[in-house]
Amino acid sequence: MSILTFRNVSLRYPPRAGRGGAAEKLVLDGINLQVASDELVAIIGRSGSGKTSLLNLAAGFLEPTSGSITVDGVPIKGPNADRAVVFQDDALYPWLDARDNIALPFKLKGVPLAERREKAQQLLERVGLADAGDRRIWELSGGMRQRVGIARALAAEPRFLLLDEPLGALDALTRTRMQAFLLRIKAESGAGALLITHSIEEALLLGTRVVVLSPNPGRLTAEIEAGFNAEVLNGTPVATVKASPLFKRMHAGLNGLIQSTTDEELAA
Amino acid sequence: MTLSTDIEALPQPVETTTEAALPRASRPVPIAVISTITVVAIIGLWGLASAYALVSPVFLPSPRQVVIALYNLVVTGFVDSTLAEHVGASLYRIFGALIASILIGIPAGIAIGTSRVGRGILDPIVEFLRPLPPLAYLPLVIIWVGIGEASKITVIALSMLPSIILSTSAGVRGVSKDHVNAARSLGASKRQVLTEVVLPSAVPSILTGIRIALGAGWTTLVAAELVAATSGIGFMIQSAAQFLVTDIVIAGIIVIALIAILLEFIARLIERRLVPWASHR
Repeated sequence: MSILTFRNVSLRYPPRAGRGGAAEKLVLDGINLQVASDELVAIIGRSGSGKTSLLNLAAGFLEPTSGSITVDGVPIKGPNADRAVVFQDDALYPWLDARDNIALPFKLKGVPLAERREKAQQLLERVGLADAGDRRIWELSGGMRQRVGIARALAAEPRFLLLDEPLGALDALTRTRMQAFLLRIKAESGAGALLITHSIEEALLLGTRVVVLSPNPGRLTAEIEAGFNAEVLNGTPVATVKASPLFKRMHAGLNGLIQSTTDEELAA
Repeated sequence: MTLSTDIEALPQPVETTTEAALPRASRPVPIAVISTITVVAIIGLWGLASAYALVSPVFLPSPRQVVIALYNLVVTGFVDSTLAEHVGASLYRIFGALIASILIGIPAGIAIGTSRVGRGILDPIVEFLRPLPPLAYLPLVIIWVGIGEASKITVIALSMLPSIILSTSAGVRGVSKDHVNAARSLGASKRQVLTEVVLPSAVPSILTGIRIALGAGWTTLVAAELVAATSGIGFMIQSAAQFLVTDIVIAGIIVIALIAILLEFIARLIERRLVPWASHR
């Protein structure tokens, strides 16, 4: 069991040079958050609330201005295969086919060619793309690309998956299918997950916990336990879960919480 | 396909309404046909001008004479070498220079694109070299390196360097931030980010730079051979001009143009084969 911990983390962007010294901006303020291996913590907030900054901090792309981020008590030092990121616009490498994209983390570790191709093939099968290994990236649909992106992140054998709106660019039908898929893959991998999303519905459906990030500066203002992911994992259809009175009530509650922090409409 | 622009690759406006009612009546003439007509017309006018002796044959030999000169060039040659030997000498120089400028230019471009120090050191050198006409430094290079092959290869390589360096640094700097971050979060070291992500993503830009460099190098090559050489296609033209053998001069010019087109064509073919993904980003 691993634990990713944010302790009193703040992030300040320095005043921009050459702009008459526009005041520095406090992006995130006093963030305290824990993500354990058996959890999927969903962060919701409107655009500009700093949720992507929060993920970039967890990934190590950014350094906190104050506070500490640790994995099992050890402060993180920059990006690491410990915390593999899945990006909204997939960030797959177009010069590699699907299989070699997935094999990249193995290559980085020095695994020999034949072995890493075989491991990549196993991951392709796990994400339901057994026959797509030779396809070029641009020959894949949006949903397939995200499956490859998730498989590539799993290839790094991370302790935490950092999911930056991975389903944000998908059409509604594909998205529903991918939500159940994502839960299953996450559960199988044994990794903890931090999910950034602007969809209340997705956060409720996937998260073991849902955390609300309010903007200006970004603060964690609410946290609720959600158990719907267990139902989805047990095979209850996503549509049935979403239709339950409890789901609707929690959805409305969260919506109210977020609306009180912003006048901007949040898409369900 | 044409070598000018890839305008045909763009989606063409589709005529929808009258297409069925007026089959092929309003279909536009393909650009290739217009181009062919242009070329035929120019050769025809040239033939007419020489047939009616509008210009002295010393200045403008007939197309027939040029073809015969071309044939003789291939079979017997001019100034001690056949056409193949002249072309071979020229190609040897340009590819020697290309290899040298790639070996120097790509690392230099990476240095400019990835390091502030590298950029500080190399930028002024490149910016000094780039606008200089190669023939301006040819005399200096001859003084330094001598009159042999080395001086010509040096000058051609110098003329190729800026476009290779600049396209490499542009390609390196243009790498997607997500691509770099993805590799880092998958466990890549700094060196691995460079070899696995930055360089591959710069390849299309580098290839474009090489294509432009080939064009610049070919121009420089012919000019350098006009000034100082004992073989090569430029030297052949210069010698022929001194004896007023105009048909060989014109034949040589045509050969130069054909080779330039061929080089461009091969370069584009390589680009398409090597980086099919460049058009899908």
